[in-house]
Amino acid sequence: MSNKKIGDVILDVQNISLRFGGVKALTDISFDVREHEIRAIIGPNGAGKSSMLNCINGVYQPQEGSITFRGRTFRGMNSRQVAEMGIARTFQNLALFKGMSVIDNIMTGRNLRMKSNILLQALRIGPAQREEEAHREFVEHIIDFLEIQAHRKTPVGQLPYGLQKRVDLGRALAMEPQVLLLDEPMAGMNLEEKQDMSRFILDVNDEFGTTIVLIEHDMGVVMDISDRVVVLDYGKKIGDGTPDEVRSNEEVISAYLGTSH
Amino acid sequence: MQSTFPRLLLEHARQRPDAPAMREKEYGIWQTTSWRAMAELVEAIACGLHQAGLRRGEHLVVIGANRPRLYAAMMAAQALGAIPVPLYQDAVAGECVYPINNAEVRFAVVEDQEQVDKMLEIREQCPQLGHVFYDDPRGLRNYDQPGLASLDTLVAGGQAFTREHPGFFREEIDKARPDDVAAMFFTSGTTGNPKGVVHTHHTLIDRATVGSRFDKLTERDEVLAYLPPAWIGQNIFSYAQWLVTGYVVNCPESGATVSIDMKEVGPTYYFAPPRVFEGLLTSVMIRMEDAGTVKRKMFHAFMNVARRVGPAMMDGKPVRLLDRIVYGIGNLLVYGPLRNSLGLSRVRVAYTAGEAIGPDLFTFYRSIGINLKQLYGSTETAVFVCLQPDHEARADTVGVPCEGVEIRLSDSGEILVKSPGLLKEYYKNPQATEEVLGADGWYHTSDAGFIDKDGHLKIIDRVKDVGRIRGGAHDGAMFAPKYVENKLKFFSHIKEAVAFGDGREKVCVMINIDFEAVGNWAERRNLPYAGYTDLAQKPEVYELIKDCVEKVNADLSRDELLAGSQISRFLVLHKELDADDGELTRTNKVRRGFIGEKYAVLVDALYGGKDEQFIETQVKFEDGRTGSVSATLKIMDAKTYLPIKAAA
Repeated sequence: MSNKKIGDVILDVQNISLRFGGVKALTDISFDVREHEIRAIIGPNGAGKSSMLNCINGVYQPQEGSITFRGRTFRGMNSRQVAEMGIARTFQNLALFKGMSVIDNIMTGRNLRMKSNILLQALRIGPAQREEEAHREFVEHIIDFLEIQAHRKTPVGQLPYGLQKRVDLGRALAMEPQVLLLDEPMAGMNLEEKQDMSRFILDVNDEFGTTIVLIEHDMGVVMDISDRVVVLDYGKKIGDGTPDEVRSNEEVISAYLGTSH
Repeated sequence: MQSTFPRLLLEHARQRPDAPAMREKEYGIWQTTSWRAMAELVEAIACGLHQAGLRRGEHLVVIGANRPRLYAAMMAAQALGAIPVPLYQDAVAGECVYPINNAEVRFAVVEDQEQVDKMLEIREQCPQLGHVFYDDPRGLRNYDQPGLASLDTLVAGGQAFTREHPGFFREEIDKARPDDVAAMFFTSGTTGNPKGVVHTHHTLIDRATVGSRFDKLTERDEVLAYLPPAWIGQNIFSYAQWLVTGYVVNCPESGATVSIDMKEVGPTYYFAPPRVFEGLLTSVMIRMEDAGTVKRKMFHAFMNVARRVGPAMMDGKPVRLLDRIVYGIGNLLVYGPLRNSLGLSRVRVAYTAGEAIGPDLFTFYRSIGINLKQLYGSTETAVFVCLQPDHEARADTVGVPCEGVEIRLSDSGEILVKSPGLLKEYYKNPQATEEVLGADGWYHTSDAGFIDKDGHLKIIDRVKDVGRIRGGAHDGAMFAPKYVENKLKFFSHIKEAVAFGDGREKVCVMINIDFEAVGNWAERRNLPYAGYTDLAQKPEVYELIKDCVEKVNADLSRDELLAGSQISRFLVLHKELDADDGELTRTNKVRRGFIGEKYAVLVDALYGGKDEQFIETQVKFEDGRTGSVSATLKIMDAKTYLPIKAAA
């Protein structure tokens, strides 16, 4: 993974501020994400990490600032439009369809790419059938990639948490995104599951060249897999740089470990 | 009818080009390779390897799970007169160094990134290993080490070569003689370096043919290849017998999907070591306990019928009409669906071997209509030495000598074998070869056993472990510790047992209870306990174990030869025997000598007639800290029985 090519800026976040009534969730945040890199956003609880991700994702509309993706600035876009531009995400609290099988869950990620209308799909007529087979084949490659062949037909609700997280990632990958937003991909996992997930994140980045923006609590994991890190605290950016730079940043240390005054 | 493996392949490709040879599940679909496609693939790989510089008589290692292209690589090597050496895919890098250097291996064909990493790791120790080809390119995009290439590029190069030299492949195959070396298998070896067991085309094909003829295997049979290909058993079932009979070998999607794939394929010929059968049974029992009342009651009721009637029906013995009818209903409602959910509904012949199988376990499978049998053999004998005929399967024997095999017992009770399938030699190890293969051509198995009155071979123990009782009522009787321990371990409440008696006047054992099983048993009886040590010393538990011991004694007393091995006294240990404390080997076998020394006070107490004994033991915890466990252990007498003379 040494000779990875990090490209130009693909996603540019400028002076974002987000308020809920009088509560300032984000204040004047700016950072950029380069193509093919793994970019982490870290910070203590309530620092505004998920809010930041929700802004990029189109769930929240920030009051100030702009977000530019591949030269297109999106103001007032909803999450569907963002998804159509090629930005996929996973969720901290897993928004999977618990009663549906692994295959069906990942298939939902192909939804935006399905051309035939709902009636043809329901009746499985000609083109709809062919289209479904093509999408199913793509989904099978994801299943193979994430090594979940044994659970293909298992209802997601019956799977252990670590595997559900993997299915969540699979569904996001099914969109063939250019940028993948991961909201705490390792939360609640044991050490082995964390190692597996780290490997998959690196593999996605390496094999498909997908740009990854991730939020994570586990400092060890973040420092190991990220190319660059943004640190937030109380809705403000307090650090930005390579893991080594961030690690030696005084402000970051005091935010995480506290300082003696 | 002597042949070589590559010739068998060409024969199948000529006679049935479009019939399936192998299937592998990938991307959710069973992908079939026909015999023609297989022959073409082998030709391409062989030509590619030739171009890369693989020469006649040279070794090539193959490391990976069961995958069609890895088996093709083995055939390709054989086509060139080179010798495939399969190694275990779960071995750590360091364990691969010795075989690779021992056989001066320059070429490796491996499955994936994991195996490539191992090969790269040992490169410094194995400088001659110049070429590594991998099957699955995932994660290897950025590897640019010299000599590393994908199997795809090798195949492409080979195809180009074939176009220019169309006759090359066949000419090379025609050069091979049946007595040429076909393959080498490294035996794990508990002490010292592993030994390379050398087999020729003739030895392997002869045994594969005999085995296939014995069970009437045909090209219509289906096999699921899921055990490591480096183990000779898997190699016989999914390679030698595959090429001899031309049946279909199915490769599972991954290690985790074996049970699902098994259900989809429905193999007709199946092999599994006892622990796999045990695992399957446990999963069934757990699921049945969770099932609804009606289903559960129906299951237990019909399983009682099966236990009573099933084995007799399998053995072809007469059964009352009413029993037949009830069994038939059971088959419809319980046994059939159960076989189906285990993936065993189409099994015609199933084998188990490798270690002793408990009679309950063995009977369970036979009673639900699965033709489970035992066989006896080893790497050195190309597996087939003894096989159980269809109607003569028993839990405590390993069958009758199969075609071409002669069996003799040495003076020390060791089983000697003469067979066309014996190894040619241990690679570069004439001393070891001489130890097992005397000038007279008899192979020394180092197993002790005897032929029973029905002509079945019965294995007792390793020769070096078999002792003699000295003094007392059974002076001079044979003492087979592992035989006794195994009989105890067949009870679900007993996890481990250590038997002493060599050179002593009676047999005494130390027992480890199975914490989960006995814990469960205690909870159902409202018997409170504070932990392992406390539970182990409960008088109720002692009574439970005593019952098991006496059942074993009753069983032993029926066997003239082993009646002297009956257990006189026993105790239940206060801690679980553990590999971390040196009491078990890493493969969970008891280290009897070490335990005897470590617990010398307990041995003395057992033989000194005491009722209890205090002991304090150092234990190592998983995190490396040490602590001590102390307890006063009770010692109990068990009833022994007079030997029952076999009725003439």
